[in-house]
Amino acid sequence: MTDAPQNTAKGIRREPPVSPHLMTGGFGSPLLWRWHITMWTSILHRATGVALYVGALIAAAWAVALAEGPERYAQFKELLGSPVGKVVMFGLTLSYFYHLANGVRHLVWDTGHALDVKSANASAALVLAFALAATVSVWGIAAMAGAI
Amino acid sequence: MAGYRTPLSRARGLGSAKHGAGHWISERVSSIALVPLTVWAAYGVIKLAAGDYGAAVAWVSDPLNATLLALTLAISFWHMHAGLRVVVEDYIHKALSKSALLILNLFVCGLAAALAIFSILKVAFMGGGAA
Repeated sequence: MTDAPQNTAKGIRREPPVSPHLMTGGFGSPLLWRWHITMWTSILHRATGVALYVGALIAAAWAVALAEGPERYAQFKELLGSPVGKVVMFGLTLSYFYHLANGVRHLVWDTGHALDVKSANASAALVLAFALAATVSVWGIAAMAGAI
Repeated sequence: MAGYRTPLSRARGLGSAKHGAGHWISERVSSIALVPLTVWAAYGVIKLAAGDYGAAVAWVSDPLNATLLALTLAISFWHMHAGLRVVVEDYIHKALSKSALLILNLFVCGLAAALAIFSILKVAFMGGGAA
């Protein structure tokens, strides 16, 4: 907020600052503020959190399948090993590493450090780069370990 | 989670609805625990994906693995419940829909956590199911 004063010395009245709400509401409506990397990282933290909710339910299904016996376990592995299963697992890997790194970023903020704009922009880029690099690396390791 | 607050903060009893700090702290504490636990679990996923049923049963039967798995699942569902609760509270404003979703979130997390942990303990104590 750079233009805070409503009444200047010259008596010119400026519009008061407004919050970054959706202008008209609904999907496809333009934002009042231009998109910024820190907005993406904030929204992605929520989105990946919701994706990981589904991931945890898959983990619970894995545990139940294991307890039920070899047949159910084979069915479960077949499902996750299918093309759709692999796409889901890849998305979950990406979501996991993103949420992990951005979660650590939030924990650092909670200590009161790196809260300035420059640091927030840099850490946003770092978190996105880490999520991509870690996902590719882990899938590479999994492929070498014969897990895919 | 009130134990993490300062005596002055507790005495004042301020904050959102007077218990917001407890929720906020529980999200942070669970996230700190989940950093090492989920990294270990990700390693476990690769190991198990490369092996068969017998290998998975043997891995889960190890006391350290069974304990860490149960902890990872319990804290994950706890953290998920707290996280999705905030999402619902932020976006759903109709009292009935909001209450219904908050209750659904609690029940889904509670049921999934109970099922998963019971299954892990069953495999750890009794071995795998019938072949």
